[in-house]
Amino acid sequence: MENHFDVIIIGGGAAGLTAGIYLSRAKLSALILNEGAIGGQMVLTHEIANYPGIENISGYELARNMKAQAQKFGCVIKSNVKISEMNLSEEIKRVVVGGKDVFTSHAVIIATGGKSRTIGAIREDEFKGKGISYCATCDGDFFQDKEIIVVGGGNSAIEEAVSLTKYASKVTVVHQFDHFQALEKYVEEAKNNPKINFIMETKITEFVGVEKLESVKIQNQRTNETTEMKIDGVFIFIGYVPNTEKLNGIVELNEREEIVVDENMSTNVKGVYAAGDSINKRYRQVTTAVADGTIAALSAAEYVNNYKKELSLATSD
Amino acid sequence: MLRTNLTHVLSEQEHSKLLQENENVMICCGRMGPMCIPVYEVMEEIENDYKNVKFADMEFDTPDAKVIRNLPDVRGFQGIPFVIYYKNGKVVKATSSIQSKDQVTAILDANFGGK
Repeated sequence: MENHFDVIIIGGGAAGLTAGIYLSRAKLSALILNEGAIGGQMVLTHEIANYPGIENISGYELARNMKAQAQKFGCVIKSNVKISEMNLSEEIKRVVVGGKDVFTSHAVIIATGGKSRTIGAIREDEFKGKGISYCATCDGDFFQDKEIIVVGGGNSAIEEAVSLTKYASKVTVVHQFDHFQALEKYVEEAKNNPKINFIMETKITEFVGVEKLESVKIQNQRTNETTEMKIDGVFIFIGYVPNTEKLNGIVELNEREEIVVDENMSTNVKGVYAAGDSINKRYRQVTTAVADGTIAALSAAEYVNNYKKELSLATSD
Repeated sequence: MLRTNLTHVLSEQEHSKLLQENENVMICCGRMGPMCIPVYEVMEEIENDYKNVKFADMEFDTPDAKVIRNLPDVRGFQGIPFVIYYKNGKVVKATSSIQSKDQVTAILDANFGGK
């Protein structure tokens, strides 16, 4: 069957591509179905300096190399697809793309990764690229000598607030809690920077402007008082959420909507594995995604080989 | 030059020639960064499906990219890439920052009459 594979991998980031490399090299047929661009969160990293064996590489280059490596071994990759249906509970797993193309497999690896968390404030989507940004290195230079807000209190937010002072005349860190999650050294550096000030226990509730962002409405979380603040730009760094919204009721998710797996990357569904940023784990790095993808691939390969062995024994009886 | 498989527009003259020679043109003006790469990938992927559209890229930081950076249609844009859709040399749509395949194809279908 043209659309039948030993393993379907859902997601084409570091975990999914690694699984594709391992499975294809083990002579199992593997299909990667990816809803976005290949590379996932890895592509969002301008420079990766801690990938063992490679001193310095851009996330884009690393993703491109992984993709080429997987394809060289025979892995089929379909990117920018829309998965419309998944039935993973039967022996033969079924994934429908675009409402019409049906793909089947013996095993599935879910490596759907994560995405930047949005604030959810009024008109947030409307001002994306017109004052709201999720990438300091991409859009920082549009805010030369302008006043900006950085939303968040983790390492990324505080580090990027410091880096954005290269461009902006003033950076205001707006954080919903009364303390930071960032490492103390990053907070100290930010506090010592004369261009940075802080508004704590406050959330942005609305973005305001005509052609582009002109101001934000912010609400104090203790007093509920809302004020309007004139601003040229807002950079949002409030972490990531797992891409698991389509998996509710298909595999077990925890309270953070992450896929629950064991040490072999097995989910609660037979023949279904998960790897990378969408699983329940603490550290999310390219290296940990690669490790997860390897384990998931080896587990899935063992499952598929046993399945085929049992099938051939049954037919020879 | 951007590391994509798209047609590269390297100068103001090439930009002008591209618009003269093609009825429907989509140009993604960006860098090799996280907001731009996904858009180039979408363009590379759909290039064969939309034979009626010429797909190209242009480096945002090249001085000649002023032909795009200075368009009235991108006033207020503060996020790369700037993506411009031209019909008969005229801008019919412009977008700022990352766009999904669905968003791109919706614009192509609406302005250039589908595949």
